[in-house]
Amino acid sequence: MAFLRKRNYSTVKVRKRDMPDGLWLKCPSCNEIIFKQELEAALNVCPKCGHHFQIGRRQRLDLLIEPGSFEEWDAQLYSVDTLGFTGVAPYLEKLEENRKKTGCRDAMLCGRARIGAHRAAIGVMDFNFLGASMGSVVGEMVTRLIERATRERLPALISCASGGARMYEGMLSLMQMAKTSGALARHAEAGLPYISLLTHPTTAGVMASFATLGDVIVAEPGALIGFAGPRVIKEATQQDLPAGFQRAEFLLQHGLLDMVVPRKDLKAAIVRLLDFMMGRPAGAPAPKPAAPAEA
Amino acid sequence: MPPYILPFEKPILDMEKKLEDLRAFSQAQNIDVSFEIERMQNKITEMRREIYENLGAWDKVLVARHPQRPYMLDYLAAMTTDFTELHGDRVHADDRAIIGGFGWLEGRRVMFIGTQKGRDTKSNLERNFGCAYPEGYRKALRLMKLAAKFGAPIVTLIDTPGAYPGIESEERHIAEAIAVNLRDMFRLPVPIVVVVIGEGGSGGALGIGVGDRVLILEYSYYSVISPEGCAAILWKNRSYANRAAEALKLTAPDLLKAGLVDEVLPEPPGGAHADPAAMSATLKAALLRNLEELDATPVEQLLEQRYNKFRAMGVFGEDAAPAPAASPAPAS
Repeated sequence: MAFLRKRNYSTVKVRKRDMPDGLWLKCPSCNEIIFKQELEAALNVCPKCGHHFQIGRRQRLDLLIEPGSFEEWDAQLYSVDTLGFTGVAPYLEKLEENRKKTGCRDAMLCGRARIGAHRAAIGVMDFNFLGASMGSVVGEMVTRLIERATRERLPALISCASGGARMYEGMLSLMQMAKTSGALARHAEAGLPYISLLTHPTTAGVMASFATLGDVIVAEPGALIGFAGPRVIKEATQQDLPAGFQRAEFLLQHGLLDMVVPRKDLKAAIVRLLDFMMGRPAGAPAPKPAAPAEA
Repeated sequence: MPPYILPFEKPILDMEKKLEDLRAFSQAQNIDVSFEIERMQNKITEMRREIYENLGAWDKVLVARHPQRPYMLDYLAAMTTDFTELHGDRVHADDRAIIGGFGWLEGRRVMFIGTQKGRDTKSNLERNFGCAYPEGYRKALRLMKLAAKFGAPIVTLIDTPGAYPGIESEERHIAEAIAVNLRDMFRLPVPIVVVVIGEGGSGGALGIGVGDRVLILEYSYYSVISPEGCAAILWKNRSYANRAAEALKLTAPDLLKAGLVDEVLPEPPGGAHADPAAMSATLKAALLRNLEELDATPVEQLLEQRYNKFRAMGVFGEDAAPAPAASPAPAS
C-alpha cells in the first residue's frame, strides 16, 4: 500500500478553516488582528482604528432602543418571485439562501420601541439579507411603519443600509421609492419628525428615497453613502475619484448630512434630537452633554 | 442624417431598396409597374407590422434608444403652440438634459417638463445624453411648484438612460434631488400626467415620474436598472443584456399587466421614428383626454388617488398577523 504511505511525506497544508474559528479577525481598514471578544465589547468598532464593522438587525436595534421596549410590526410579510426571475440564480433560490443565512424572512425589521423618553416607530435594514435591497417587502414595511407612525403620532427612525432596489422584482422595486417617499410626505405634513440613520453602505434607490428624506440625517463614521456606486461612476466618467469620496465625512463636508456620530454615541445623539423635536416629557432626565460630532 | 437601421429592420430596408430600384427602372424605361409597386408597398407595410409585433424585450429597448426617435422638443413642436422654456434651478446651473416651460395644448395651459437627448455629438454633449444632474431635478421641481401656483396641470415626458452618475452629481446630492421630487410630487395640488416616451431609466426617470396617470409609448421601456447594468451584476457580463431585458419585464405591455402604468399608447407601424407626426397626434389626444378627466377631480381626491395609486404597488406574501397579545406592550 505504497500509495497510502506516500501521504505521510506530503506537505502539511494549514487551511484557514482548520484554525480555531472566530477567535480573531483582521480589521479591513487598519489590517490589525483583533480579538473578537474585544471587538464585540466595543460594539463592533475596531479598537485600534475606529473602523465600524457592519452589524445585524438585532444588535443595531439593541444599540438604539431601551431594553425590552420593542414590539415588532409586520413580521408576517415575505417576498415572492412575482416576475419569475430567471438569472444565473433564480430569485427564490436567492431568497431561500438568505433566509437560511440570516434566520430572517427579509431585509427589514420594524416596530415600536422606546428611545430615551420617547415612543418611536423604528425600522432597521439588515445588509446581510441580499444587501438589504429594497423590493416589495422592504418598501411595504417602510411604508406601513411611516403610516402607522403618522396615525399614532410617533416620530420615526430608520437605520438605513442598502445596495439599492432589488433587481429581482424589476419595476415593482423602483416604485417602492415613490411609495415610501409618499408616506413620508404625509408624516412630515402631520408635523412629525423623521430621523434617518445612514450606515455602511447606503446607496442607490434607498438613498434616493426615504434614506435622504430625514428631517435630520445622521451617519456612522466611514459609511459609504451615495446614489451611484463608486465603480459605476469611475466607469462612466473615466475619472479618478477624490479621496474619501462618498464616505460619511465627505458628505458632511459637502453639506449633505447633519452629523457623523460614532456608534457608541448614536443613541444619546438620537435621544437629544428627539427631545428637541418632540419636546422633552416632564420629569425626563436631561441627557448628558454632547460630545461635538465633528472636529 | 442617414437612417439608422436596427438589426431587425434590415429586411425592411432591403425591400425599400428594391422598391426604389423598381421605381427607377419604371421611370427610365417608361413602363407602368404601378401594380407591382403597390404590391411591394403593401408587402413592406405588412413586413414592418409583423416585425414590430414580434419584437422581444431587448429589441424594444433598441427601438426606445433609436437615435431618430422623437424627443421631447419634437413632440412639443408638433403638439403645442408658444412653448416658452424656463431655465435654471436658481441655485447652481441650468441643466440641459431636463428642460421645462409653459406651453398651450389646444388652448389649455400646461407646464411641460421632461428629459431631452441630443441628435449629434455636439447636442449630445450639451444634453449630456439625456442624463440630468441634480440641478435638472431641482429645476423640474421649481417649475412644478410654479405650475401649482397658477393652477396649471403638469405633463412630464421621460426619455433618459438615467440620472448622471458622476462626481459632481454626488457632490451636489443627486439622491436628495430625486428623493425630494418623489416626496413633493405627491403633494402638488394640480393634475400630473407622466409619459415615458423612450427610455425610462430607473431613479432618473422616476425623479419626474410621480403622477396621477402614467402612460408609456408602445416601444418604450421603464426599468429599475439598465439591461446592461443588470447583466453586469447578475451574469457578470454586459453582453447578457438581452437576457436581462427579458427577465426585468420592462416592456410597456409587461408594465401594464403589472399595473405599474395606466395606458400604453400605440406607436405607428415601424415605431415612433417611422412616423413622428402620427405619434405626436396620438400623444396629444391621450394627453388631452387624461387632462380633461383629471380636471374634473377635486384636489383632495386627486391627491388621495395619487397616493393610493403608488401605495398599491408591490407584490408580496402575508401570513395572518400574529396575535397582538403575544408581544409585550411597550412601556410608554
